[in-house]
Amino acid sequence: MDEQTLDRLQRAAFGYFLQAVNPANGLVADTSREGSPASIAVVGFALSAYPVAVERGWMARADAVAFSLATLRFFSGSDQSGSPDATGYKGFYYHFLDMRTGARVWRSELSTIDTALLIAGALTAGRYFTATTAEETELRALAETLYLRVDWRWSQGGAATIRQGWKPESGFLNYGWDGYNESIVLYVLALGSPSHPPADSCYQAWTATYQWENLYGYDFLYAGPLFIHQFSHAWIDFRGIRDRFMREKGCDYFENSRRATEVQREYARRNPLGFRGYDEDCWGLTACDGPSQQMPEAGGVRRRSFGYAARGVPYGPDDGSLGGWAALASLPFAPEIALRAAQTMLQRYPEMLSAGRYASSVNPTLSSAAGGAWVSAGLFGLDQGIVVLMIENHRTQLIWQLMRGCAHVTAGLRRAGFRGGWL
Amino acid sequence: MMQLHDDVSSTTPQDAYERERLGNVHPAGWRQPQPANRYSLVVIGAGTAGLVAAHAAAALGARVALVERHLLGGDCLNVGCVPSKALIRTSRVYAEMRRAEQHGARAPADVRVDFPAAMAHMRGIRARISRADSARRLVAAGVDLFFGQARFTGTDTLTVDGTQLRFTKALIATGARPDTPSIPGLVAAGYLTNENVFDLTELPRRLLVVGGGPLGCELAQAFCRFGAKTVIVQSWPLFLPQEERDAAQLLSDAFARDGIEVRLNTTAVGVRVEAGQKVVDLVSDDYQSTVTVDAILVGTGRLPNVEGLELGAADIDCDATTGIRVNDFLQTSNPRVYAAGDVCLEHKFTHTADASARIVVRNALFGGRQRLSALTIPWCTYTDPEIAHVGLYVRQAHERGLPVKTFTVPMHDVDRAIADGEEAGFVKIHVRERTDRILGATIVASHAGEMINEITLAMVAGIGLGTLASVIHAYPTQADAIKKAADAYNRTRLTPTIRWLLQRWLRW
Repeated sequence: MDEQTLDRLQRAAFGYFLQAVNPANGLVADTSREGSPASIAVVGFALSAYPVAVERGWMARADAVAFSLATLRFFSGSDQSGSPDATGYKGFYYHFLDMRTGARVWRSELSTIDTALLIAGALTAGRYFTATTAEETELRALAETLYLRVDWRWSQGGAATIRQGWKPESGFLNYGWDGYNESIVLYVLALGSPSHPPADSCYQAWTATYQWENLYGYDFLYAGPLFIHQFSHAWIDFRGIRDRFMREKGCDYFENSRRATEVQREYARRNPLGFRGYDEDCWGLTACDGPSQQMPEAGGVRRRSFGYAARGVPYGPDDGSLGGWAALASLPFAPEIALRAAQTMLQRYPEMLSAGRYASSVNPTLSSAAGGAWVSAGLFGLDQGIVVLMIENHRTQLIWQLMRGCAHVTAGLRRAGFRGGWL
Repeated sequence: MMQLHDDVSSTTPQDAYERERLGNVHPAGWRQPQPANRYSLVVIGAGTAGLVAAHAAAALGARVALVERHLLGGDCLNVGCVPSKALIRTSRVYAEMRRAEQHGARAPADVRVDFPAAMAHMRGIRARISRADSARRLVAAGVDLFFGQARFTGTDTLTVDGTQLRFTKALIATGARPDTPSIPGLVAAGYLTNENVFDLTELPRRLLVVGGGPLGCELAQAFCRFGAKTVIVQSWPLFLPQEERDAAQLLSDAFARDGIEVRLNTTAVGVRVEAGQKVVDLVSDDYQSTVTVDAILVGTGRLPNVEGLELGAADIDCDATTGIRVNDFLQTSNPRVYAAGDVCLEHKFTHTADASARIVVRNALFGGRQRLSALTIPWCTYTDPEIAHVGLYVRQAHERGLPVKTFTVPMHDVDRAIADGEEAGFVKIHVRERTDRILGATIVASHAGEMINEITLAMVAGIGLGTLASVIHAYPTQADAIKKAADAYNRTRLTPTIRWLLQRWLRW
């Protein structure tokens, strides 16, 4: 895959945000499907993608500032009462919001990880828009305010680790962010907070459930779905910096994601469930959409489909659906194999692109009405966001550079015990 | 004592199997023996722990009395491991018939479940195995067997229905019983536990299983395979909350594949009877729902059987929830009295009851100093796939500051598992980082219960994972997964330096 193709894919992915944003409040639709609400995580990706677009000349700086400022003003002034139709509480926000009013929809949870991704976007914007104009000064102040008011300590709910969410109707969810998964960025932001940090023991509790495994010949910090090994890396440059766990293992999270990518290839090469299309250059078991109709039987085995699910290796769930975009999201860690996979999958299943943008998933085992592979309808904002950011980190390391200069991030990393490398 | 709950559908047919079993485990017209002046050991409770202790002590020449208030064999034989495994086997047969094409065989056109036949088969197996636990065998071994309620009357005396027994040492092995969950309306509506579910004569058309522990999981799957429309609710986000997340996740997937309706992170909050049906209200966070079923099976914890023993008269400390307090030598607060099995142990398994009873015989009668904490205890949940574990979990190793590395072999990499069409699962062996010392293992596989024993043997004998690589495993077997994990360990010893040296050597 050449640089031009990469550029085309990245630009197309960015275009999603321009199409799906409400310029009045900066909210961005979770998906391109009819009636989709905003997802606060997608807003976080949008805030991080605007600087990329400015750098690449796809967007005027003034427009990027206007979009970013509208976003930060909205969240800053939003209803933080925690009532069932508010926007947030304790500095956190409900996962899904009404595109127009910003009120909670779908009885969604006050989401800690999605708030972290939103805040990561706000801090990225604050680091990029450094001019002394009134707008950019206000933008930076708002980003700082939003970060400082997040009450990370409260989000532990008295437990050892940060809870996954809270609902006004029933309180904290029964789930915590126990490692390993996509939430290192959540812990780093939380631990860097000078205003409401979590307990000191929080990070150790998060690593207490880490599983260092030798699987398919690779030693790595195990997690099944590929996005887990990608999302925090959109913002944080983990190359060469190590916490206590990684020091003990002689590895770092960046190298770990490379190995996780290799493990994906190994699984796809084995293809234990016999799905069509899988091989070492066709993989991407991750959080993505999938079919909900009955899968065809194979060898007398009735196979289930899972709709939207966090697919993973080696234990599934696996219904033959692959996130084509996931290969590009692994680009910084394993450029050769990621590019080869991206290229192979696009050659085999060009129908996974619509207007140059990746659908959430493709399922070659199922056929579409047009005779090609089954493709998830519409587009998902998270997929577009991770494609924009990870291609950029591969090409220029822009987002990493910005966040390496963010004092809250470096403070959080140090408090989590990270040492060495650029830190 | 078994507590039978009010459920209309539970009466065991008194067939030849039942007559044989009861003839073995509680013969009619039993005549109590003439008590000895003093017993070396009086054992209260004739479940696994009590029977093992009584037989072992008698074999070693001790004067032994055994007191049982209901059935010899306890939960394991009568209402636990034995009947459940028999039913699970039959349910597996039905599952295999339905998926015969997966193995290249023709599936029967019409798989019709004969539930009464499955239950009769279970009773036959239970009756046969009851021979080993029979009153006749105890008497032949020289044990004085008393049926009745034991009550302590002093630090070295107790009575059985008015007959006084004096002892030098005593063992309390009275076991545990199902805890009744405090769900409003449940008792009035009637429910099943392990104590009466094996008495069913008809398959409930719709079954709700409350509790995702081993019993709930095993029976939910078995009844679903018999054709009951089964819903299982578990208040935690995963089944078997003590087990590894991947194991619990694989089990959830297997349940969903079988057609069980899985409701995780969900609590039953109320039961009522409407038109003869049980209507159960469920809550998951802020989401409320209702299921209507014909029977409710509860498997949410166990309570120790300590009532009526008059423990205070013998100065024996006890907690109503965790049971009789014992030290690491299984001695109670009365130095003459020991406890073993479910009445005092956290791990309520038949094999733990057995092992703890053997510790008590040595410590109580021969001045031994064997410790409970020194045991390496495996366990297995007999779902399909089975989930077996031994030793430490990774989390426990982290808590103890032990750096741990896991060698993982998915069963889809094991030839025999592929040939058997039993690829769901894995072998995970945890070793101390940079050594081959095995800290623990979890196996999820169709026959994980058989496979875990090799790891337990290695741990007890101090055999490292590297040595397991040199043990020839018959090919093809599913246990070859363990050899593969050991081979993976050996490969990690091939550091770049060693590899360079080897290359130099081979160039000569």
